[in-house]
Amino acid sequence: MSVWQKLYDEIKKQNFIIIAIAMDSEACAARPWIEAAELDYPALIDRDHRVAELYNMVNVPQAVWIDESGIIVRPAENAGAYEGFRAMDLETWTMPEDELATTVNAQTTYFSAVRDWARLGVDCGHLYSAAQAKARTAVPSKETALAHCHFHLGQYLLRNGRKAEAQEHLAKASRLHPTSWNIWRQAAEKNETGLNNDAAFWNRVKSLGGDYYYPPVDIAGMPK
Amino acid sequence: MTVILSRLGEFNVNDEPTGELWLEPEQAAVASGWELRPEGFCRGDICVPVPLNKAEILIADGKVNLSAFWNHMGMPAATSIDGDVWALGEGAESRAVELQSLDAPDFTLPDLAGVQHSLSDYHGKKILLATWASW
Repeated sequence: MSVWQKLYDEIKKQNFIIIAIAMDSEACAARPWIEAAELDYPALIDRDHRVAELYNMVNVPQAVWIDESGIIVRPAENAGAYEGFRAMDLETWTMPEDELATTVNAQTTYFSAVRDWARLGVDCGHLYSAAQAKARTAVPSKETALAHCHFHLGQYLLRNGRKAEAQEHLAKASRLHPTSWNIWRQAAEKNETGLNNDAAFWNRVKSLGGDYYYPPVDIAGMPK
Repeated sequence: MTVILSRLGEFNVNDEPTGELWLEPEQAAVASGWELRPEGFCRGDICVPVPLNKAEILIADGKVNLSAFWNHMGMPAATSIDGDVWALGEGAESRAVELQSLDAPDFTLPDLAGVQHSLSDYHGKKILLATWASW
């Protein structure tokens, strides 16, 4: 998160704001990260994944670019992350050097595009026309809409101590919306540091096969 | 006591769980945004007439059956085993229309201090709306 704050320091005087949305069922889980990064832009807690529902988001990090008149100029997409972690050696927790370099490059390139937008506005070359933006907007299916109901209900039941019943609804949400990592990972087992990083996660990533975890971003220089 | 979760928030309604959501029309309007008017159920400029063959299912004894209305509209809903908590969602089609309009949907969420922020508070700026998670 501190890299995002650094980016923000560079662009905040250009009529620009970052709004960070934590897809976290509990504020206390997000708090240490937000405090450590000393964010000076709004860092909001979205315990029911409302923003994911509204913008049809399925993973983190994803971002939407919204212009000065409130119009979406880049719909929800991967916010500069790259698949490199999939090549992680799970014995040593190391990544091949080329994958690491590509991961760093992906974020650098994405941030650079954000900087262009802040500085040049519509002339930055990264904004979609209305037709392009519409064509790239993924809309929810009926199952996805229902999944968010079950997720919302599950989160409420969880907060109210009805764990077993909650888990049924969270599992149902995931079955209805299987491409949502947000729904699956929020409900999944976490380790002692709060990370969902167990065999179940890695198996689920593996089962993607040739599909993307972080789909490529259509910005020049981003890895495919 | 029954709890309704909707896009407008969380609402406690004094309704014994029965498997259906029979509410005073005012309660239904507050919790769901759909209010009963002479022309039917209305939200903003949109009104849905009450079909004659469903009138008794949707309205009886001065109350409205919000769960049946949701079902009639084909909008998604989920309920707890005891029927004491209802999540009433937005239909996929209306969400699709909203997204395709490219008007960024507004929302209100708290920061760590509990201060509420709306997307619309930042209207007039370029906004990078970015998600992340601790997990």
